[in-house]
Amino acid sequence: MEKWNIGVGLLMVGVGGTLLVLGICSLVMELLKRIFPYKEEK
Amino acid sequence: MTPLEAILQGFKALGAGFSTLHWSNLLMIGVGLLFFYLGIKKDVEPVLLIPIGFGCILVNIPLSEMMEEGGFLRIFYDAGIKTELFPLLIFLGIGAMTDFGFLLEKPYLFLLGAAGQFGIFLTLLLALALGFDLKEAVSIGIIGACDGPTAIYVSSKYAPHLLGAVAVAAYSYMSLVPIIQPPIMKALTTQKEKITMMGVYKRSVSGTAKLLFPVVITILVGFIAPKGLPLVGSLMLGNFLRECGVVERLSKSAQNEIANVVTLLLGLTIGATMIGPVFVKPQTLLVLGLGFLAICLDTICGLFLGKLLYLLSGKKINPLIGAAGLSAFPMAARVVQKEGQKYNPKNYLIMYAMGANAGGQVGSVVAASIILSVLERMGIG
Repeated sequence: MEKWNIGVGLLMVGVGGTLLVLGICSLVMELLKRIFPYKEEK
Repeated sequence: MTPLEAILQGFKALGAGFSTLHWSNLLMIGVGLLFFYLGIKKDVEPVLLIPIGFGCILVNIPLSEMMEEGGFLRIFYDAGIKTELFPLLIFLGIGAMTDFGFLLEKPYLFLLGAAGQFGIFLTLLLALALGFDLKEAVSIGIIGACDGPTAIYVSSKYAPHLLGAVAVAAYSYMSLVPIIQPPIMKALTTQKEKITMMGVYKRSVSGTAKLLFPVVITILVGFIAPKGLPLVGSLMLGNFLRECGVVERLSKSAQNEIANVVTLLLGLTIGATMIGPVFVKPQTLLVLGLGFLAICLDTICGLFLGKLLYLLSGKKINPLIGAAGLSAFPMAARVVQKEGQKYNPKNYLIMYAMGANAGGQVGSVVAASIILSVLERMGIG
């Protein structure tokens, strides 16, 4: 039973955590793009 | 001992290898030869399958003691797999080889890289249902990362006895992505979704943002899931060497010399874990089957998130790019491009798919880092 509880816990934390961490990464990178905008090379 | 007895003993010693041969050793020598065939004739991951095949043949020749304490392959195994060093060095090379620019152009593609990892967790539950213990289930589920070094890193930590099967499954299914994914993509998307055109991919990321990317990801993921820092850190170190532009020699070494030497030793030692009497059992077939399922589930979850983004974006995002959220770089992206063009020859999805694919690379190490950290916190280390 305990292994099931841990398994379900891992499923929830794993799916939610991966999505959350990568979501934060996407926001941070969006922010970095704004702080350091791309400039066309002359 | 008479001279005749000595001669007979001598001949007996020469034939000892044959007399102690187990049928499963013969089968595994056949598997080694099959890997040669697949690598040489079919071009299936030859860089890995050839050393794996050779390692597999070496350890299945009885009495060679290659994997006994002090044996030739055991030394490599202890130095590189037991210490988890080889997969990390491979990551260093992968980081140096990967251009994350495609991903940074459209950061929302990170989300598809996350969805491409959900199969790991679903397969973990299935493995538990089939009677594997938790550590084994984690090692099997991680095949769904579709990322050889991550799978090797996690399984060598939690279930070294499954390492051979897990590694072979991870690398084989990575190369089978062009066969596994298209039927799923066809079945789960409508004609209207398949032909969705996406805009032109403009360059919009500065060199500074690309340079800061590996540093930011290392710090961020390191704080959230510190137990996975060796994985994230080595991947991002490789990428930092590439992007900083002042250590080209180190970057090239990581991409070539280090990656090549470690790939050879990694392949040999993985092959060395495939000892007949230990490897040939129903459990191995189950691991291979579950690994296959994990990749299918990753593709399904990626496509579903792609469909959600399609709706949320006002039908501007082609859901097919969701299938590229796997870590199999760049195979999954190529599959998306090919399938997209099959339904709409004017559609160029490759840049978006490469972005999602690079997101999958980050996603796989993040997912593994979360698993490692959560299990450590639960006292299962």
